[in-house]
Amino acid sequence: MSRLFVYLIPVFVIAVFMVMAHYEKRLAHDPTHRGFFDRNGTVLGVTFIALVAFWTLFLVVLPYLYMVQESFHPKLVAAERGGPKDILTLEQYRSFFIQPTDGEVNTTHLWAFFFSLAASAAVTVLNFAICYPLAYYMAQAGSVQKVRLLMLALIVPYWVNEILRAFSLRLLLASKGLINQVLMGVGLTDAPVDFLGNNVGLYVGLSYAYLLVMMFPLYNAVESLDKNQIEAARDLGAPWWRIHKDVVVPYAKPGIASGCTMVFMLSAGSLAAPQFLGGPQTLWFTSIVYDFFFQAFNWPRGAAYAFLLLAGCIALVMLMLRVFKVSLGETIK
Amino acid sequence: MSADVELDRVTVRFGQFTAVKEASLKIAGGEFFSFLGPSGCGKTTILRTVSGFLDPSEGAVRIAGKDMIGIGANKRPTALIFQNLALFPLMTVAENITYGLRVRGMSKADRRKRADELLHLIALPGQGDKLVSELSGGQKQRVAIARALAVEPQVLLLDEPLSALDLKLRQHMRNELRAIQQRVGITFIYITHDQGEALTMSDRIAVMNNGVIEQVGDGKAVYDEPRTSFVASFVGENNPFAGRVAKADGTGAVVETPFGLLRGRNPNGVKEGDKAILFVRPEALRVGEGSKDATVTSTVLNVAFEGNASHIFLKGADKKDITLTVGRLERVEIPEQGSTASVTYNPDLGLVLPEGKLARE
Repeated sequence: MSRLFVYLIPVFVIAVFMVMAHYEKRLAHDPTHRGFFDRNGTVLGVTFIALVAFWTLFLVVLPYLYMVQESFHPKLVAAERGGPKDILTLEQYRSFFIQPTDGEVNTTHLWAFFFSLAASAAVTVLNFAICYPLAYYMAQAGSVQKVRLLMLALIVPYWVNEILRAFSLRLLLASKGLINQVLMGVGLTDAPVDFLGNNVGLYVGLSYAYLLVMMFPLYNAVESLDKNQIEAARDLGAPWWRIHKDVVVPYAKPGIASGCTMVFMLSAGSLAAPQFLGGPQTLWFTSIVYDFFFQAFNWPRGAAYAFLLLAGCIALVMLMLRVFKVSLGETIK
Repeated sequence: MSADVELDRVTVRFGQFTAVKEASLKIAGGEFFSFLGPSGCGKTTILRTVSGFLDPSEGAVRIAGKDMIGIGANKRPTALIFQNLALFPLMTVAENITYGLRVRGMSKADRRKRADELLHLIALPGQGDKLVSELSGGQKQRVAIARALAVEPQVLLLDEPLSALDLKLRQHMRNELRAIQQRVGITFIYITHDQGEALTMSDRIAVMNNGVIEQVGDGKAVYDEPRTSFVASFVGENNPFAGRVAKADGTGAVVETPFGLLRGRNPNGVKEGDKAILFVRPEALRVGEGSKDATVTSTVLNVAFEGNASHIFLKGADKKDITLTVGRLERVEIPEQGSTASVTYNPDLGLVLPEGKLARE
């Protein structure tokens, strides 16, 4: 019963909107207005509505709703579903904070959660530091030919499969990998540096994986900036760093926010790079979620953990948007 | 404080292309100086060289006697007003105006005071907290001027700043710019392709074409005494009659044109047999017969009434019409379209110049 209830939510939402539309039609009557079916004809109108409804309800809303309601239930074998044990519970969410087995604080998972968010934030900052100068050069300073070449060099690596990319980075960074061999050959180190163990590989891999996601919004934002603005600031006596601080960055802020949001969200939710490139002590939060779904077959707890990650990410992004005074609307422009 | 600006054989090349060729001139402190020329003539390049965004390939730019080589745009005593103004859209009017002072580290209170003074100067008092987007075209124009003046430049550079305004506002802003220049007393260097702007505002004008300065002089000089065919045809309307010089003496020259022998002054001393062009201004022509070597007879193509004056277009050689302007109060009988009419001029107002490139129509 409790499971069915969740699926009534979209029905309820649609009903509310229909009532609102009906009232709007009565209150603000517009004689020139033609109804949806008048404009498109019955056949086409029904097709449109059916397609949009299928897309939003079956492909977007219902899967999520299923996961939401799943996360509020205990883990049960198929026979017990719908039985007396199938009750609504916060047990899965509680288990993130308190171990259900021994009642201790769940430090492993809490740590993985905060580490994942902090590392994703660090990757975002790193990515921004790499992409901003590059985007500025490409958008404002570089000649057309050089920019094309650079763009190609940025895009081509992304034709390669993500897992292959992660593995090839692993080969480069391994203790007997190319980089360590060169470092030792030159004599910079005596023993190989453990790039994978100390998470250098993780940061490099994640930054590399989402470079373009940062690059394009930044490039688009900086590219539309009028060159004269930069020259005007320079003419008025501003040194280069001030021009960036006062003119370029404020102008590109929506693009920066959009790029940072996407890189942060994608890194926090990424699976391949942390698994292949993270150190043995590193536990990425999505790996835990993955294990609940596919190793422990504990879907309710996996779903709960996934929503906790989503909530954490959204909260952090909203906080950052507030701190840097960007409205959510601007980031999706 | 104003400073003089000197261009010493300035040449600017972009790859193979020479944008400015050996430009040399001296602009006095406090002068309103204009560079006038068609688009692509190199005038903006000169402006960017003075402001410091470009380095000359050869030659030197001196401001107040000091060579500007190696001194960046942010370190020069110049301020530039851009063609599109380039106001900062995310800053308020006052923030825009005082940006240069903020960069120089002036305190907030002092900046506010200075902004109020400048807003007063540009007749926009109390509008400092508005956003730039809330201003009209003319107001934005004035904010751009105030922003440039705020840093107390010794030389103000203006890159066709009026071209985006409509006609009435443009004429109004001409007077205002001139008034501001006289009030602040600094050197103005003004770039324009509009000869009306150059003539009305400037103390002196440099007419440029193809990267070369063709003539420097005050408005009267470039209008009445053009030294090249280009200047004669670019500054103001002019009717060219091309041909060979049939006779040249101390008082003038006679050119053999498709309309017969025509006489004019000969300040450049063209010689008999040279290719030359005789120029006669539309307002120097009048309807009627005169002496034989100053009369042109042709078909009337069109008559255009323009309020204060009427323009009569006669069929000329090489598809270019001969234009004649008659003032409204001159009480002349205007010939009918399609008829044949004679027009004449005072030979002192005709000008014979060596053949050269004409300005594109």
